[in-house]
Amino acid sequence: MSTVDVAVVEKPKAETSRAWTAGRVIGICVLALYVLIAYFLLRMIVVNYDPEFVGKYLPRMVGGLWITVQLCTTAIILGALIAFPMSLARTHHNPVIRGLSFGYVYFFRGTPLLAQAFLVYYGAGQFRPVLQDMGLWGFFRDAYNCALFTFTLNTAAYQAEILRGAISNVHKGQWEGAHALGLGKVVTYIKIILPQAFITALRPFGNEIIFLIKGSAVASIITVFDLMGETKLAYSRSYDFQVYLWAAIMYLAMVEALRRCWDKLEARLTRHLKRTED
Amino acid sequence: MKLLKLFVAVVAATVMLSGAASAEMKKVRIGTEGAYPPFNSFDADKNLIGFDVDIAKAICEKMKADCTFVAQDWDGIIPALLANKYDAIIASMSITAEREKKVAFTNKYYNTPARFVAQKGSGITDISPESLKGKVVGAQSSTTHSSYLEDIYKGVEIKLYGTQDEANLDLASGRTDLVLADSIVLLEWMKTKDGACCEYVGKDVTSEKHFGKGAGIAMRKEDTELKAAMNKALAEIVADGTYEKINKKYFPFSIY
Repeated sequence: MSTVDVAVVEKPKAETSRAWTAGRVIGICVLALYVLIAYFLLRMIVVNYDPEFVGKYLPRMVGGLWITVQLCTTAIILGALIAFPMSLARTHHNPVIRGLSFGYVYFFRGTPLLAQAFLVYYGAGQFRPVLQDMGLWGFFRDAYNCALFTFTLNTAAYQAEILRGAISNVHKGQWEGAHALGLGKVVTYIKIILPQAFITALRPFGNEIIFLIKGSAVASIITVFDLMGETKLAYSRSYDFQVYLWAAIMYLAMVEALRRCWDKLEARLTRHLKRTED
Repeated sequence: MKLLKLFVAVVAATVMLSGAASAEMKKVRIGTEGAYPPFNSFDADKNLIGFDVDIAKAICEKMKADCTFVAQDWDGIIPALLANKYDAIIASMSITAEREKKVAFTNKYYNTPARFVAQKGSGITDISPESLKGKVVGAQSSTTHSSYLEDIYKGVEIKLYGTQDEANLDLASGRTDLVLADSIVLLEWMKTKDGACCEYVGKDVTSEKHFGKGAGIAMRKEDTELKAAMNKALAEIVADGTYEKINKKYFPFSIY
């Protein structure tokens, strides 16, 4: 027994005298640089803390943050609703449906979100008489709706591609197995294929949401007072660079919250793949 | 030996001459927006043109300075000056107390009033804050017009745009009911096809506190020498008729 104990105690000792390889030195230097940058940025916030300034602009920025959250959440959900049939259309046997869905995805993935937002916002303004006849002007008059519309179509295109890839990634044997068990196509799709596709799609889907959160800053350019809009307004009045730092921290917090949710979600979806502790 | 002396003399003369020339030709970088016709904008060949640009060139000539232009978005035009991206802003910037906290200004080089515009037949005639309650008013952000609206027009929905063009576009499409901006800039826009939709409503909007004493040239506070030189050059171009010539090129009436 005692010999075993000694062996266990000695093991960590060997690890502490790890060699100072070039990679390790560089790694520590980079880490030190990050810590230094973080220190100075945080110091700037603390040193420049001005209750009047904070009281004036922080509530507005939090309001902007809320608009950003609303905008992104709604766009993601509506986008997912479009992405679902769109991913099916992408692999449809009818070439017209396939071609149309391909064109849609091709356009929205191939052009900048900024250009799309401008196109929708100012484009709708140009076509006002037509939109009025169709009763749609009430919707497109509002900048928030225009941003929501653009983001929804944009994210739907990306989500459709992610979903399509994930579905085609599920092994053919799963279809065959389900067929052999006498399951219908719809049931196979919902009960067998989709749950497995979701596992593959989860991470790229999370990335897409992160991209949308950051891309949503585009809304500020078409007059929506989202987080970026409020930040720019505060900066243009105060010329104080630190408002951008606050904005960066808020965006980071959103992404970090999402990342944590995604870890939880993945653990839940892949619980059947984990070996239980023995 | 003679040859060597001659060589030394020539070199010395060249050095002195070039030294004198560089001392005389100061390098001045001028920041402007390039999206504010007729004062500053780009022509089809991406050259900066407009009243501000012509005035800047005339002043540079009087100062015997070698001027280069830098285009900068309006939102960041003062921060970029403070960050030493250029030395002076000649971009129709109004001299206000708020801005004077950050930068120094020359004397004004023009002064035109602000006015509201609306779509023709909008029925808006009274532009008091009370009667415009519930209306949507557009303006370019970080301008005297936007801060005036935010201060005085409380119950009004204010929409802010990066450039004046975008604010005008949204008025033409009917997203906003009114736009508040410089009367000359709006007049120029109303001459275009897009701007034909719209007309002035109400009289000149005046407030010394918000709109200041007219447009001046802004520079960093420590550049007192440049400020003095620019004020001197400005007075000279006004006195010798250069200013009037530039004024006539753009406007049928004096805007000084």
